[in-house]
Amino acid sequence: MNKSSDLNVIAPAFGRQRYNWTDVGLLAAAVVTFIFGEYYLALAAVVVVMAIFALSLDLAQGYGGVESLGHAAFFGTGAYAAALYALHVSPEPISGLLVGAVAAGAVGLLSGFAVLRTRGLTQLMLTLAVATLLFELANVAKPITNGDDGLSGYDVSPVLGLFQFDIFGRTAFVYGCVVLVLVYALLKKLVNSSIGLTAQGIRENQVRMRMLGVPVERRLWVLYTISAAIAGVAGALSAQINRIVGLDSLAFMMSANVVVMLALGGTGRLYGAFFGAIIFVVLSDRAAAVDPTNWLAALGIVLILIVRYAPEGVAGWLAKRGQRRAK
Amino acid sequence: MPNALSTFLTLTVDGVSYGMMLFLISVGLTITMGVMRVVNLTHSAFAMIGGYFTLWLIGFGGLHYFAALPLGVAATMLLSLLLERTLYQWVYKSDPLGQLLMTIGMTFVATAIVKNIAGPQIQSIALPGLLTGQLALGAFSVSVYRVFVLLLSVAVAGALWLCLEYTTFGARLRAAVDNPRMARCVGINVPMVFSITFAIGCGLAALGGAVGTQMLPLEPYYGLKYLVLVLIVVAVGGVGSLKGSLYSALLLGLIDTWGRYYIPALGGFIIYLSVLAILLARPRGLVARVG
Repeated sequence: MNKSSDLNVIAPAFGRQRYNWTDVGLLAAAVVTFIFGEYYLALAAVVVVMAIFALSLDLAQGYGGVESLGHAAFFGTGAYAAALYALHVSPEPISGLLVGAVAAGAVGLLSGFAVLRTRGLTQLMLTLAVATLLFELANVAKPITNGDDGLSGYDVSPVLGLFQFDIFGRTAFVYGCVVLVLVYALLKKLVNSSIGLTAQGIRENQVRMRMLGVPVERRLWVLYTISAAIAGVAGALSAQINRIVGLDSLAFMMSANVVVMLALGGTGRLYGAFFGAIIFVVLSDRAAAVDPTNWLAALGIVLILIVRYAPEGVAGWLAKRGQRRAK
Repeated sequence: MPNALSTFLTLTVDGVSYGMMLFLISVGLTITMGVMRVVNLTHSAFAMIGGYFTLWLIGFGGLHYFAALPLGVAATMLLSLLLERTLYQWVYKSDPLGQLLMTIGMTFVATAIVKNIAGPQIQSIALPGLLTGQLALGAFSVSVYRVFVLLLSVAVAGALWLCLEYTTFGARLRAAVDNPRMARCVGINVPMVFSITFAIGCGLAALGGAVGTQMLPLEPYYGLKYLVLVLIVVAVGGVGSLKGSLYSALLLGLIDTWGRYYIPALGGFIIYLSVLAILLARPRGLVARVG
C-alpha cells in the first residue's frame, strides 16, 4: 500500500471516495438477480445479509486493524434483539433493524473497552471469548431465547406498511438490498472521513498517530462500535428475513465464516465484502447441496492457496489489474 | 457432611484430570504461538488425529490400548513433522491473519478427510478392563480412568519439565526462544529445534486427544469444536508460558467441573465468564512472558 510513490498513493485515495464502475456492476448484478433469478432470491438474500456482515468486519479489521474472531457476537445480538423486539414489542421491521443495531452497538461499546486495550493474539482471544460467552448465555437463557430450538414464531409486518414479505423472497431481497446500499454508502462516507482516515493511520502505525495527537483509543472505540452496530443490522435483517434465530448466529463458525469471506474478497476495500459474500455463500450453497464434506476440504485448500498466492483477495487482485491497465 | 465432602473430592479429582488433559492438548500450542509466533489453529486437529490413529490401531490393527497409544502419538508426530517441513513453511511466511486463515483452512481439510474415512459419528476409544471401574476409599470414590489420565499427564508434564531444564535439547530450545539470532550465531540450528518442538507439541496434543476421548469424544468436527477451549487455555495462561498453561488448564478444568455440578443451570457458561474476568484483570494471561 505504501510502497509506491506519493502520487500513486494519493490519486487512488481520492478515487476511492467516488462511486465507480464496480458499484454499477454490483447494482446491475442485483437487478439482474431480481428479474431473472426468481428461484435464487432466497439465496441472494443470504448473500446480501452476509455482505453487510462482512462490510462490518471490514470496517473493524480492514480499516481499524482490529482482528476479530468473534464478530458473530454482534450479528447474533442484533438477530436476537430484532427477533425479541418483533415478538414482544412491535412487528415493524425498520425499527427492528434499529433495535438490532443499538443492541449490537451496545455490546460493541462494552466489549470494545476490553478488546481494544490489547492487540494481536490476545485481542483475537478476547473477541472469541466475548462471542463464546454470548453463545453460552443464549444457550443457558432458554426461557428467553429458546436455546437449541431457536427463537421463532414472531411476525414481521410489511416494510413501510406497503411491502408484504412474500413467499418468493422478493420483498426480502429488495429490502435487504436497500439496507445494503445504505450501509455501503454510510461506510464509504465513513472510511473517507477524518475518523476513517485516522483509523487507517492507526492500523499502519499506532505510535506515530499517537504522536500526531490522535486519540487512538477513542477513535478505535467509535469505529468498533459502529462496526458492531452494522453487524447487528445484518443479524436483525437475517432474523426478519428467515423468521428464525438460532444459536448458530452466535457460533464460532459464523465468526470464522465471515473472516474467511473477507479474506476471499480482500480486506480494507469494502468491495471485498461483496465479492467474498457472493463467492462464499453461492459456492457453499451449491457445494453443500452436492457434497458438504468435500466442500469443506475444498474451502480449506482454497483458503491456503489464497493466503499464499493472493493475500489481498479478489478485490485486491482486481485493483492491481486496474492499476496495471491505467499505466 | 461426609457425603458432600466426598462428592467435592471426587469432583476435584475429575476436574484436575480434565485440566491435565487440557494441558496436554494445549501445551504445544502455547509454544508455537508464544515462541515461534505462529497462530496455529490446526493444533486441536492434531489431538483429533492422534485420537483417530489410536482408535484405528486398536480397531483395525488389533493392538492393545497401551501399545496403540504410543504408536498413535508417534504417527501423529511424524505427520506433524512432515507438515511442518512443507505446508507450515508457507504459514511462517504469512502475517498473523494469513496464518490464522491458512491454519483454519488446514483444520477444514483435516476435518473433511477424517469425516470421509471415519464417518460423522461420535466415537470414543474403548478402555481396557484395567482402566474401568472405580477406586473406592470409604465414601470417597473416583474412576480409575480419571486417575490414570491424571497420573499420566503429571508424568508427561514432569518429563517435559525435566527435558527443558536438564537436557542439551532443552537448553538449545530455551536459547532459541530467548534470542533466536544469538542462538543461531552460536551454532544452534534454530529451525530444526523448532521443528522438533513443534512435533513434540503435536505429539502431546495427540496423547491428550487419545487418552481424553472419554471426556472430549472423537468426531470429525473435534478440531473446530474444541479449538476455542484450547485457545482459551493458552490465552488465559499467557501465550508462550508452559507454567501458565498448566495453571490455566487446571483452573479451567476445575471451574468447569465444579460449575457444571454445583450450578448446572449455568452449564458451560461459568468457564467463559471466568475467562473474560481473568483476561480483563490480566490481559496478558496468568503468567505473562517478559519481553
